[in-house]
Amino acid sequence: MENSNPASLSRRSFLHLAYAALGSLAFLESGLILFQYLQPRLGEGEFGSKIKAGLVNDFPPNSVTHISNGRFFLVRLAEGGFLAVYQRCTHLGCTVSWEMAQNKFICPCHSSHFDQQGDVENPPAARALDLFAIEIINQEIWVDTAKPLSRQSFAPSQITYP
Amino acid sequence: MSESEMAPTNDSHRNRFFSKISLLVARWMIPTDDRGRIRMVVDSLILHLHPSKVPQSTLKWTYTWGLGGLSTLLMLILGVSGLILLNNYTPSAPQAYLDLLELRANVWFGEWVRNLHHWSANLLILVAVLHLVRVFLTGAYRPPRQLNWVIGWLMLLLIAAANFTGYLLPWDQLAYWAVTVGSSLIAYLPLVGEGLARLALGGTEVSTNTLQNFYALHISFIPLLIFALMSYHFWRVRKDGGLSIPKTSAAQEDGRMERVTTIPHLVQRELVFALVWVALLIFIAKLLPAPLEDIANPNLSPNPAKAPWYFMGFQELLLHFHPTLIVGLLPFLLSILVVSLPYWDNRFESVGVYFRSPKGKRLTQLAIGTALVVTPLWVIADEKWFSWVDWLPFLPQWITMGGLPFISILVFFLLADRAIERWFRASLEERVLFHAAFLLTAFVVLTVIGIFFRGHGMALVLPWQG
Ligand code: HEM
Ligand code: HEM
Ligand code: FES
Repeated sequence: MENSNPASLSRRSFLHLAYAALGSLAFLESGLILFQYLQPRLGEGEFGSKIKAGLVNDFPPNSVTHISNGRFFLVRLAEGGFLAVYQRCTHLGCTVSWEMAQNKFICPCHSSHFDQQGDVENPPAARALDLFAIEIINQEIWVDTAKPLSRQSFAPSQITYP
Repeated sequence: MSESEMAPTNDSHRNRFFSKISLLVARWMIPTDDRGRIRMVVDSLILHLHPSKVPQSTLKWTYTWGLGGLSTLLMLILGVSGLILLNNYTPSAPQAYLDLLELRANVWFGEWVRNLHHWSANLLILVAVLHLVRVFLTGAYRPPRQLNWVIGWLMLLLIAAANFTGYLLPWDQLAYWAVTVGSSLIAYLPLVGEGLARLALGGTEVSTNTLQNFYALHISFIPLLIFALMSYHFWRVRKDGGLSIPKTSAAQEDGRMERVTTIPHLVQRELVFALVWVALLIFIAKLLPAPLEDIANPNLSPNPAKAPWYFMGFQELLLHFHPTLIVGLLPFLLSILVVSLPYWDNRFESVGVYFRSPKGKRLTQLAIGTALVVTPLWVIADEKWFSWVDWLPFLPQWITMGGLPFISILVFFLLADRAIERWFRASLEERVLFHAAFLLTAFVVLTVIGIFFRGHGMALVLPWQG
């Protein structure tokens, strides 16, 4: 079929174009579905959801408490503010422990040290320990463990006050 | 293949006539006894995979060392033993571990099948790498075999992926922390790393989600892909005119290529080789138990925590360099080099000659010797005395641990290249050989240091003082 007017689209090429467009759309959709399908699945009250750490008064100032079902340390700084420090070392993912005597977090795997706020004191870790967002509702401390918040180093804006 | 090059003829009448005759003859030749018939079926099956004749010289054991064939055997054993293991395995967090305890205690030959799977998987990495080395040393990656070279690399990556995903399945401490460290390496990839690691883990850390993801990858996607690529790999070997022909020197011209029939000359060798290896693996699986430690405990990291052994070279490098350099730039540059290699290092004359030339052989020995000495010294120096970070503390880590060391290594590399060109009058292919031998040896040394010489807190130790 000859088409004398170059500006108009022949029926055939229109259909081709439509097929191609629909095909790409379907492809894209499948990709998105797969991507969504593979997203992390979360359970209520488990690590990955919002977790209640306790009441504000359970934690004296200048204390570090391990909340094991949330995989974080609840740090109450001397001036009363809270930080939820994820226990996963920022170097290669090992679990750090709080060493009361030395007043620091120490990673057993490759000896990274972090201070009470999570800042690096000793490499190989290159950035501070991740945080989780804290919300304080009626004196209850809720920690959202869905997504760790990564940071280079400690800043006062990261502290949550009751 | 020369056998498939049938001259086109327009005389189709005559063709049809001859094919009728040959069919008649074939019918007449079909054996009348059962043994003979089965034999004929088996033979024609073999001839679907192999050509009917192969050059005598390629049968020489010291040319291929049977490494491609051994990879094939190991893949088959992995497929079969993996399928058997499925009957006693649940991909869910504590149950997987309990299943393996049960397998060990109460299942007939349970532990033996697991050992077979375990040792074949680990051996496969070694054997596939050695096969690659053989292909490299004989120049067999050069045209027309450049596509098989790339397919081979894809298969190698998939084999590493299969091993890595399999490593998690026992759900013991070893599995949990090796995969934690391994996936943290992935997270250091620039831009996509974090997202990729999160997707693979199904969350922020290794969990039941991870186990299910890895299980799905391990028992279906990855093996299916490998088997598909293997078929293509075999087909390409035939398409590319069979194996490269071994020669003892580039100058030597084989006037006439001696060909022998595949049955029995090639098939017999393959069979004997396979049987010997099957026997060896049966014994290994009987004598050496695959490790199974305590059940995975996310709150208790072992000290030191190490990636699976085949990633320890990378983990060692990470102790010295900025992660983006090791996990991002290095693999990127390496893949460009590897894929493009057959296009600029493609001299046809030395295909089939081990080490390209006698000079190439000497240069390889030199490279290996140098790397064996320099690498450990460098590791010790970098650990004890040498530190851009301490000398230039005001610069960011990506310069002191990334840019500066990268540039210094590049300068060393260029100097070495000039030196061997000047002193040894090495040609391009001989220089490529030198650098490749150096890099591979250095990587092997780093892997050995990572596995055996790193103790508590990843400090350098002697293995017998561990
Ligand atoms: C699952 C892994 C693999 C299997 C089962 C396999 C199998 C084979 C077999 C059976 C051969 C015939 C000759 C021989 O045994 O050497 C062969 C040849 C070859 N392989 Fe592989 N291979 C694998 C991985 C690789 C890798 C990692 C590379 C390189 C990156 C590679 C590149 C080649 C090339 C270029 C040839 C042709 C060699 C020649 O003509 O001399 N293969 N492979
Ligand atoms: C390229 C091929 C394969 C490789 C390299 C490989 C590697 C591995 C490795 C390293 C393990 C851990 C073994 C241990 O230390 O206990 C493993 C476990 C396992 N693999 Fe594979 N595998 C392969 C193919 C398959 C296939 C095809 C299946 C099944 C269809 C399979 C099923 C399993 C199962 C069920 C386990 C868990 C049992 C156990 O840990 O012993 N594998 N694999
Ligand atoms: S994982 Fe913590 S120091 Fe390496």
